[in-house]
Parts: sequence; structure tokens; C-alpha cells
Amino acid sequence: MTDAPGTTDPGTNERRSPLDEVHRAAGASFTDFAGWQMPVRYSSDLAEHHAVREHAGLFDLSHMGEIVVVGPEASDALDYALAGKLSAIVEGQAKYSLLLGRDGGVIDDLVIYRTGPDRYMVVANAANRHVVAEELRARTAPFEADVFDESDDIALVALQGPDALEVLQQTPGFGIEGPGNDEEDFVAALAALKYYRAIAATWEGAPVLVARTGYTGEDGFELYVAPERAKALWEALQETGGPRVVPCGLASRDTLRLEAGMPLYGHELSRDILPVQAGLGRVVALTKDGDFVGRAAIEQGPAEGAPVLVGLTADGRRAPRAGYEVYDGEGDDARKVGEITSGALSPTLGHPVAMAFVAPDLAEVGSSLFVDVRGTRVAASVTALPFYKRDA
Amino acid sequence: MTDRTDLKYTAEHEWVKVDGDTVTVGITDYAAEKLGDVVYVDLPDAGSTVVAGTVVGEIESTKSVGELFAPVDGEVVESNQAVVDSPELVNSDPYGDGWLLKLTTTSLPALLSHDEYRALTGE
Repeated sequence: MTDAPGTTDPGTNERRSPLDEVHRAAGASFTDFAGWQMPVRYSSDLAEHHAVREHAGLFDLSHMGEIVVVGPEASDALDYALAGKLSAIVEGQAKYSLLLGRDGGVIDDLVIYRTGPDRYMVVANAANRHVVAEELRARTAPFEADVFDESDDIALVALQGPDALEVLQQTPGFGIEGPGNDEEDFVAALAALKYYRAIAATWEGAPVLVARTGYTGEDGFELYVAPERAKALWEALQETGGPRVVPCGLASRDTLRLEAGMPLYGHELSRDILPVQAGLGRVVALTKDGDFVGRAAIEQGPAEGAPVLVGLTADGRRAPRAGYEVYDGEGDDARKVGEITSGALSPTLGHPVAMAFVAPDLAEVGSSLFVDVRGTRVAASVTALPFYKRDA
Repeated sequence: MTDRTDLKYTAEHEWVKVDGDTVTVGITDYAAEKLGDVVYVDLPDAGSTVVAGTVVGEIESTKSVGELFAPVDGEVVESNQAVVDSPELVNSDPYGDGWLLKLTTTSLPALLSHDEYRALTGE
């Protein structure tokens, strides 16, 4: 056993990020997240939220799972294993997709990067890393493709916010992988990089996948790097950005993604939900050739009257929260019509926002509903998602 | 500046400042930090009667909801309107401007000393 970064604390059996030392030095508060000790906030989750909307925030996402699928039939294997048509994306492109059960339920939501002609990197939620790796191994077995769980060898740092591009361009040490490329090429490539595209880059000689992806509703980048280089990279980004770059914990990440209307596995997505119920029908490529896991169930569709995901907004400051019940009226005779999956007082908008699964006949934008907030019925209205969209 | 060693504490992470038969109540910096940024505070109206150990209000952060327990039997003399209007005072000055309630009480239950509270939080 070597004492590699990102080790398990033998006392608590909790995983620690390769950036753990940096977080502790910065005075972070920690939370257990899927068995990992991760920063929940450094000082103020509201300040961290606003920093991402106004300048830039730096997130440690090293707990995420990275599973590589490689081989001459990797494309075909993923077209069968996942809901999307992964053979259609080109090298350097990313795609949001779902791992479905045979019954069409969502086992995990994923971002997949095509990192070579025959190579993909599947990014899974930390809690689902092992089940995703197992399912991919089982589903790709008939194909000429191998599956490697590389999660322990890859750290992930996200730089998100309107200043992210500039800060990343100004950070010294980046280049494009391959001979004869220098920092100027990287700066230009970064500016030209489209959303959901990635560059095989280097930083101080180490390979870094620089992707224009994120989970905040802002422009930004996610940087996949070897764990032993993560600390130096984090510090370089902070040093370059100065006050424009604020380290951000998982609390702000949650309110940012909620405002952006993005689902969180375990809240909006689960094995009991078909993608179409969560507004993700478009993610399932029913037009692709051949079978894929979950196809028959998806074609059949959800049961009549199955709940659908909606956005809710309310006045005041009391936020509906996960698990709170939704009613069609204020009185005692009101019918329970759904349940909140996520909710918070929106830091950007200043009023409560939430997502909920509700009966389909009440899912229309403008429908008036009531949320039971610890014994008080709070009026809420169905609102189109996302709640927040940045200026293009 | 409040001398924290002069305050009494509860296991629910509230501090109590005793001044004759009037007590002032707030939450500790430990509690404020655990909650995160407080965005909503619900306090009982002046004149309400409260019973020690029962929930009399709520302190809500972006991440979670904390309950405010009455530390003593008594009557609410004043609830801090400044905190209702600016909940962030609970984080910025939990022992000062972030106080929550003033109560009158005739009997003071056993409360924790500063040292006992510190032992409880391990700080």
C-alpha cells in the first residue's frame, strides 16, 4: 500500500479528496458525501453562490467517478449500454446521458466524453460509481471493449462563472497535448472551445482534460487531472484569479444547480422514475438503431397518471424542501398531488424555488399548488425550468 | 462585547444571558456555523407564553432548518425584529445583534456553564 493522495482515513473509513489539505487550510466545513469528506462551505454558502454568478468559483469534485470504456467497439457498446447515441459524438465532444435499468428507471445520470476514436470517459455520480462500473462491464461484455474504473487516478476541479475563461487563459503552464504547442495555442483553443467540448491539454507537463462543462448554469470549465497534481493546479488557479476566484463548497453547488433547473441524482432522478417524467425524454435516443438497455420500457412509457417533474416558485422566504408534500388546495379537504424533490430560497432570485413531482394534470405552467411547509400551506405556482438562465 | 463565559447554554446550542428575571436568548456561533447562512427566522410574538424545551421558532439556512427551543418557562417580552429583517445577523454577530428573544421568567432551570458547553461541542 502506498500513501497516495485521496486516501481513506483508517479511523473513520471516510474518503478524503487529494485536495483535503488545501480545504482544511482554508477553514472549510465538511460534509459526508457518498462516503467522502468534502467541503460543504468555506465561509458563506451565499457568498460562494454569488461569486459563481458574478465572477468565478472553484469546486473540488474529485469524488466523482470516472470510468473509461475503450476498444474498437466502444461506440457500439455504449450505444447499447446507455440511453443516448454515443457513437454520434466526435472526439473532443461531450454528451449528457443516462444509465437505465431494464425497467427504464434511471440508475445514474452521466456525462460522457469521447477522448479518442475508440475511447470514452464516463463520469458518474460518486454514490453510483461502483454500480455504473459494474453495469458497464456487464453490458459491454459481448463487445470488443474494456471497462476501467479510473476514479482513484483522476481528480476533478471545476472553475465556473463569467470570469472562468479569462482566469483559465491567464493561468500559466497550460498547453495543448502533442508536439509544438505552446500557451498561445491553448489560449486560442480555449476561447474557441464550445459548450460540451473538451481539449486534451497539459498543465506543467501533466495531461489535463479541459472541458467546457459544468453544473452551475454559468459558463465554466471542468479540469480532469492526476490526483498528485490537483493541489498545485488548484493553487495556480487561485493565485491567477485572486479575488475573482472563490473556493466553493457543495452547498453552493446545490443552490446553483437548482436555480439552473438541473436534476440531482437521488432527488429528481431515481430507479423509480422514467426519464420522460423528469423532462429528460430528449436524452433517450429512441431513433438509434438496435436495442439498448431499457428501450422496451421506455417505448411503453410511464403508467397513466405517473407524476412529472415541475418547477415551483413561491413568495416570501420559507423554502419548500425535499420530501415536503404538495397539495391542490389550502384546506383540510385538499388532495395530496405530489412531493418536493429539491428546494431552497434562491440566492440569485430572492424567493423560494423548488422542484417537485406532481400529478400530470397539475403540471402546466401557472398551476396553483400548495406546499406543506412544516404544517403551514404555502402557495406555489408551477414555473418553467430553469429558474435562472444566464445572459447569452 | 458579550463575555461568553458569563452566559449559560443549552444542549440545543442556544445561549442564555440572565439579567434578573429577564433572559436574552440566541444561538451559539457553533450552531450558526453548522447551519450555514441563515436566510429566514421565525420568532414568537411578544406576549406569547413559552414552555421550556418546546419549539417556539425556526432558523432556516439555505441548506437546512433549525428549531428554536424555549430554554426557560416564561413570556416573550421582545423578539428581535432586526434579525427577522436581516437574518444574516445570526451568522455575523450571534452573541450580539443576532440575539433572538427576550423573555421574563420566574424559575431558571439548570443550564450549562461555558465550560460544560465547550465540552459538549468539543471546541
